[in-house]
Amino acid sequence: MELVDERETAPCNDRRRGIEGEPSELRLSVRGVSKNFGGVRAVENIDLDVRKTEILSIIGPNGAGKTSLLNMISGFYKPDSGQILLDGFDITGRKPSQVAALGVARTFQNIALFSALTVLDNLMLGRHARMKAGALSSVIYWGLAQREDVAHREACEEIIEFLKLQDLRKLPTAALAYGLRKRVELGRALALEPKVLLLDEPMGGMNQDEREDMARYILDVNQERGITVVLIEHDMGVVMDISDRVVVLDGGRRIAAGTPDEVQRDVNVIEAYLGKPMTGGRG
Amino acid sequence: MSLVDSPRTETLPKLLMRNGALDPRGAGIREKTLGIWRSYTWADYCNQVRDFALGLASIGFQRGDKLSVIGDNRPQLYFAQLAAQALGGISVPVYQDAIAAELGYVLDHAETSVIVAEDQEQVDKALSLKDKLPGLRCIIFDDPRGLWSYGDPLLRSYKSVLQEGRRFGSSHPLYFDDELNRGRANDMAMIAYTSGTTGAPKGAMISHRNMIATAEAFIEVNDVRAGDNWLSYLPMAWVGDSAFSLGMALVGRLTANCPESPETVQRDLRELGPDAMLAPPRIWESMLTVMQVKAADASPLKRWLFEQFRALAERCELKKGDGKPLTRSERLGYALGEFLIYGPVRDQLGLRNARWCYTGGAPLGADAFRFFRSFGVNLKQIYGATEASALIACQSDAEADPNTVGRPVPHIEVKIDDRGEVMLKGPNVFAGYFKQEEVTRDTVTADGWLRTGDAGFFDNNSQLVIIDRAKDVGKLTDGTVFAPQFIENKLKFSPFIREAVAFGHDRPFVAAMIAIDIQTVGTRAERRGLPYTGYVDLSRKPEVAAWIGEEIAKANATLPDMQQVKRFLLLNKELEADDAEMTRTRKVRRKFVAEKYANVTEAFYCGAEQVQVTTEITFEDGRRSALVSDIVIHDLSPAQPVKRAA
Repeated sequence: MELVDERETAPCNDRRRGIEGEPSELRLSVRGVSKNFGGVRAVENIDLDVRKTEILSIIGPNGAGKTSLLNMISGFYKPDSGQILLDGFDITGRKPSQVAALGVARTFQNIALFSALTVLDNLMLGRHARMKAGALSSVIYWGLAQREDVAHREACEEIIEFLKLQDLRKLPTAALAYGLRKRVELGRALALEPKVLLLDEPMGGMNQDEREDMARYILDVNQERGITVVLIEHDMGVVMDISDRVVVLDGGRRIAAGTPDEVQRDVNVIEAYLGKPMTGGRG
Repeated sequence: MSLVDSPRTETLPKLLMRNGALDPRGAGIREKTLGIWRSYTWADYCNQVRDFALGLASIGFQRGDKLSVIGDNRPQLYFAQLAAQALGGISVPVYQDAIAAELGYVLDHAETSVIVAEDQEQVDKALSLKDKLPGLRCIIFDDPRGLWSYGDPLLRSYKSVLQEGRRFGSSHPLYFDDELNRGRANDMAMIAYTSGTTGAPKGAMISHRNMIATAEAFIEVNDVRAGDNWLSYLPMAWVGDSAFSLGMALVGRLTANCPESPETVQRDLRELGPDAMLAPPRIWESMLTVMQVKAADASPLKRWLFEQFRALAERCELKKGDGKPLTRSERLGYALGEFLIYGPVRDQLGLRNARWCYTGGAPLGADAFRFFRSFGVNLKQIYGATEASALIACQSDAEADPNTVGRPVPHIEVKIDDRGEVMLKGPNVFAGYFKQEEVTRDTVTADGWLRTGDAGFFDNNSQLVIIDRAKDVGKLTDGTVFAPQFIENKLKFSPFIREAVAFGHDRPFVAAMIAIDIQTVGTRAERRGLPYTGYVDLSRKPEVAAWIGEEIAKANATLPDMQQVKRFLLLNKELEADDAEMTRTRKVRRKFVAEKYANVTEAFYCGAEQVQVTTEITFEDGRRSALVSDIVIHDLSPAQPVKRAA
C-alpha cells in the first residue's frame, strides 16, 4: 500500500528515515475512496497514506478533486465507496463534529470565522470540542467550569503568541485584513489541539510577505507542535519548499506522488499542468 | 551623599541587591506574556541576575568582557545586562531592527563575546555574522520558537544558562558576591552606540557613576516615588532606555514594565496606566492623530461636545501661559470638561495616573504640546545626549514650554561657547568613545567640557533653547542664517508630512523634499474619493501636492520671509533607516541624503519642472533593487509673514 518509493529522499527528509511503511507511523489512510456528484466523478478510487510527522501537499488543476477529498476526510461528504482510517480507526462517513473530536481540524478555502466575535472568542470556540463543563455549571462558573475556562484561555493565549496575534486578540475578526483572518482561522483549527490539520489553500489571496509568514507557521505547527499537515495549495513555490511529499490529482485520480523533486520531474504532472505537446491542453 | 560614594551601592547590580534586601516582595520588573502581566519581585530579580551571572561565569565570561543584548524589551534581556555588569563585564545593547551589516560593525567593534538574542529572527542575524566575529563565544536565545532544527554549537538556551549557573553557584558559593564587590563606580557599565547621523556608529562608554549620578539628578528635580510603574518600551539600545529602565528604576526602586509586543504598546499602556511616561514626539503625535480621528468618527453630539471643551481647554491653557486668571465660568466649564472629556480621554490614552510626562529627542509641535497640557497631561520637554548619559536639562511643572528644553539638571554646568554650541560639565559626562581617542578629544575638551554638537542659547528665564545641530546651521547666499532642522520641524508639525529635508546652504532660497504620511494622506484621499494604489501612486497625485502645498504655506506663515520654503517635491518613498537615509532613532542623515539626492537639489535651483530620481531600496535582508521615476517639482507663492511667536 506504500505509495512512494523513497530510495531517493532529499536530505531534508533524513530525519524521517526508517519509519516508512510501518503501520503505526501512519496517521491517516485513505483506501480506494470515490465520490460522485450526479454524473460527475469528483474523486475516483484514491489511495493516500499520511505519516505522523509529515507535511503532505495535494496539488492539481481546478476541479481535480482536492477539496472533495479533504471534505471526505473531515466528514463533510460521505464517500460512495472506500475507507478512511485515522490511526487505524475507521472514520468513514462519520459526522464532521465526531471527526473533529477525534483530532482532525481544518481550515477552509473561503474563510469560515464568526466575524462579529473577537479573535480570542473565535479561538475559544475552536476549543468547544474539548470543553466538558455543561451550560449550567458554566453559568455558575465555579469549580470545574472555572478551572476549565482558565486552562482553555491559557491554551488560546499560547496560540495567540504562537501566531503573533497579541495586538488583535480583542478585535472582531470582521475588522481584520484578509491575510490576518486566514491566520486566525489557522489558530481556530489549532485550538482544537488536532492530530491532523487539513489546510485548504491557506495562502490563497495573500501577498508575498503574508505567504512567507504562513509557510513559516505551517512548518512550526508541524515541527514544534508535532501536528500532521495535509495541505492544498496552488503556490507551487511554497508547496515544493515546505512539503515532505506531494500527491498530484487530476480529474479525480491520483496521477503522481513523491518528493517535491520527483513530482516536478514527473511527465504526467507536467502534462496535467502544461498540456500535451502539440495537441493543446487543459492549461 | 550620592549613592556612588558608598561601596555598597556604587554600581547598578549592587543597587539591585540593595533593592532585593530593602523590598524583597515588591515588584521589581514586570512583563506581559500570554495576555497577563507577570511580576518578578525584587528578590526574583536578584536571583535571576545572580543565576544568569553564574551561568555566564561557567562559560568563561571575565571582567571587562562585553555582552550584547538584541531584541524587544524583555526582563530576561535586562537580567542579562545586569548579570554581565555584576561580573565586571560591559553591556552593549544593539538595535533590534538593525540590518546584519550594521549589527556586524557594532558587535565587531565592541568585541562582543556573548550575544543574548530574544528570538529566532535575532539568532539568525547573529549566526550570519559569526564568521566575522572571532571573539564571539556564545549566542544565548530566550524564545526557543523556530529554533528546533538549529544545531550550531554556539547556541544555548537562556534556561540552560540559568541551570548551569545554579550548578556553578553550588560549587562556587562565594563567587558571585566576590565579583559583585569588586565592582567600582568608575567601571564601565555599558557602551551605547550612537546612531550616528554622520559616518559609522560610535560607542559611548558610560560608567556606573554616570548612570547613577544622572538618575539621582533626575529624581532630585522630579516627582518620582518608590514603587512607581513605568513602561519600558523604547529601544533597549538607546541610552535613554537604560537610563530609565535600569538607572532610574534601580536608584528610585521603580517597577519597569515590558509590553507584550511592539504592536501592543498602546493597549498595554492603557492597561498599565503608568505613573510617569517618556516618549519621543512621534508617539505623542500619533496619540494626537488617533484621538482626532476617533473624535471625528464620533456621533454629531459627541463631536460637538468634544470640540466645545477642546476649545475651552485651549483658551484656559493660553491664559495660564500668559499668567492671566481664569474667569469663574471658565473654571466651572473646565471642571465639567474634566469629568466629561479630559479625564476619559486621558484614561483612553493610558495617562490617567501619569503625574508627569516628558517628550524629548526632537521638537514637538506647539499645537500638539498645548493640546496635551490643556487636557491635563503634565507634558514637559527633556533634553539629553548619549554622551551625557541621556540627560542634560528638563522642565519643571511650572515652566513647561514647547519652545525651550528647560533648566540644566542639578550638579551639571552648561555653557554656550562663542559659536553658539551647547557645552556641559558634570558627573553625567561619559568616559569617551570606545577605541576612538581622537574623536573623544574632539568631543570633550581638555578641561572636561563636553561638546553636544547642538546650537542653542539661554532665554530670559534661563531656560535652554536648542535650535539645530551646530554643524548643520548654514547661510543662504544673501547671508541669512539657515537652520534646516528648524524649518523641517515646522513642516513636520503637519500631520500629512512624515519627513522633510530642507536645502538652502549657499543657495538663494530654501527648498524642501517631503515624504508624505501614508496614513493621514491616505485617509484623506479615501474620504475625498481619490483612488490610489500605494505610496508611490499617492505621492504623484496633483491633489496631494496641492494639500501639501497648503500645509507648507501654513508653516511658511510662521517663518521669516527668507526662511520660507519656495519649492518642494514629494518623494516617492519614505526615508528609511534600512536605506541609510535615517538613523535608527529616525533622524535624517543630512549629508548622506544630500549626496544621494544631489540631482534633486540641482533641479531645485536651476528651475527644472521635474527631476529623475533613481531610488535604491535595500530590503531588510540586504537585497537591493532600484526604482527610476520622474518627480514633479512644485512652486509656492510667497506667503504673507505673520507676526506670531514661532
